[in-house]
Amino acid sequence: MDNAKLSALKKTAANIRLGILEGVHAASSGHPGGSLSIADIITYLYFSEMNVNPADSRWADRDRLVLSKGHTAPALYAALAEKGFFPREALATLRQADSFLQGHPDMKGTPGVDMSTGSLGLGVSAACGMALAAKIDGKDYRTYAIIGDGESEEGQVWEAAMFAAHYKLDNLCFILDLNGLQIDGKVTDVMNPTPHDKKFEAFGFNVITADAHDFESLEAAFAAARACKGKPSVIIANSVKGKGVSFMEGQVGWHGSAPNDEQYAAAVAEIKAVL
Amino acid sequence: MADKIATREAYGNALAEFGDKYDFVVLDADLAAATKTGIFKKKFPERFFNCGIAEGNMMTVAAGLAAAGKTVFASTFAMFAAGRAFEQVRNSIAYPHLNVKIGATHAGITVGEDGATHQCLEDIATMRSIPGMAIVNPADAVEARAAVEWAINYKGPVYLRFGRLAVPVVYDRDTYNFEFGKNITLREGKDVTIMATGITVDMALEAAKLLEADGISARVTDVHTIKPLDKADVLDAAAKTGAIVTVEEHNVIGGLGSAVAECVSEGRPVRVLRVGVEDKFGRSGKVPALLEMYGLTPAAIASEAKAAVALKA
Repeated sequence: MDNAKLSALKKTAANIRLGILEGVHAASSGHPGGSLSIADIITYLYFSEMNVNPADSRWADRDRLVLSKGHTAPALYAALAEKGFFPREALATLRQADSFLQGHPDMKGTPGVDMSTGSLGLGVSAACGMALAAKIDGKDYRTYAIIGDGESEEGQVWEAAMFAAHYKLDNLCFILDLNGLQIDGKVTDVMNPTPHDKKFEAFGFNVITADAHDFESLEAAFAAARACKGKPSVIIANSVKGKGVSFMEGQVGWHGSAPNDEQYAAAVAEIKAVL
Repeated sequence: MADKIATREAYGNALAEFGDKYDFVVLDADLAAATKTGIFKKKFPERFFNCGIAEGNMMTVAAGLAAAGKTVFASTFAMFAAGRAFEQVRNSIAYPHLNVKIGATHAGITVGEDGATHQCLEDIATMRSIPGMAIVNPADAVEARAAVEWAINYKGPVYLRFGRLAVPVVYDRDTYNFEFGKNITLREGKDVTIMATGITVDMALEAAKLLEADGISARVTDVHTIKPLDKADVLDAAAKTGAIVTVEEHNVIGGLGSAVAECVSEGRPVRVLRVGVEDKFGRSGKVPALLEMYGLTPAAIASEAKAAVALKA
């Protein structure tokens, strides 16, 4: 990756992080930790990997993203706003009664949202359906789904994995956000779903490992997924919950709570220092 | 009367028949032989996808297919469609109002020998409580075929309820016309209206004959569309006959009886007596024995209709 692209992606990711914090702070609720852990992944998807058209959000041949871990909607909204699907000012309306930015993604109300999600374990199956539709219609668009590691405790994730491999959905790529934390604590303490690599491999996936916060690593991972034929891919993305805001990093308490004014100012200052 | 045929059989035949005319795909969860989607599979193997024994995944896969522009039928037993996969139907299909047709077979106690775990008596209640979900419960093979063609062309989620049992054919295929959300008056009457749905429509017609012999004139209505309910017709029945008996192969809680009672109590209060399964689970047995045991017979319906007439002010 050349320096200009790397620098542009880093800047975009920082803006997306600011958007996440702005929404969650304005709403006084939401899920900053897991939104920040996928900020670089979603940046790479929308600003390098995916073929989408903000002027025609329902374009039939677009690549699709299903945010299966739907509670991290603030990251998706910030990316969509950054991409131009809707004005950035809308981010501050997150979770308000008159807003089109629901607490969890709503494909009917928000331009650019490809699937309504929020109930964990469901989005992966929807992504399988989209990938299968592309196969049926002979189209070459790709479908991506971001899964949480806590979410992988849901049985339906594995029903979907079985389905994806059975129908050889090589146009489908899961990204597992391996941040190690869920609401009640460490994922391995609450209900250990590891080892993800061996599980997905046994389910028939092309398993790729990446650093969720290194764009060159993500670039190589998505290229490897694209190159794989005959089976679906999963990118196991090693991430840090709360990434980019030092006092949120690796802290389970920031899974589902919003920063107060003081914390918000500190977080914004820290991210702006990157810009 | 023509030969008996199960509505699930008519469903499978209709999918295969209309597969030539319309572009849609069919999913099943390892029950294609029983739900009769296997008939479609045989004719259109490239448009049939078995999801294995994973109904929740199937419903959300259907949603994903629909989100990508496909018209989808997803089939399994009513118990697993409306019960096990309720949340997937609610959140993945109905909340985004996607174009998925849920073909739910083996509804009710007429599943017979398999018993309570496979006899869904709660599906109308669960599906009815989901915003925007259309519910169609055909009375016979003719209505089932027509409902399938209607569903293919309707944009949005539909719950289609079919039975396992071979039942008499009520309608003439050449003259039958399915109108979504419009009740069909099968027999005029002035003393009471029997509003039936699904395979109980034929029983209601038999009950009306019994009542006629006793000097009671019963109007008989086929409520094939339970949601949205044909409120105008229900209120007309209330106004003109002064009493209503509902009949369904479903728990009396939450189904057709509840829907009619809600409508009548708000719009034209008259007595509504409900014939159905009285808040019980099903059980194994031969179908005739079960129908007798659970009070789903022409005689039981006629008896309830007489009670309703007697209660009129």
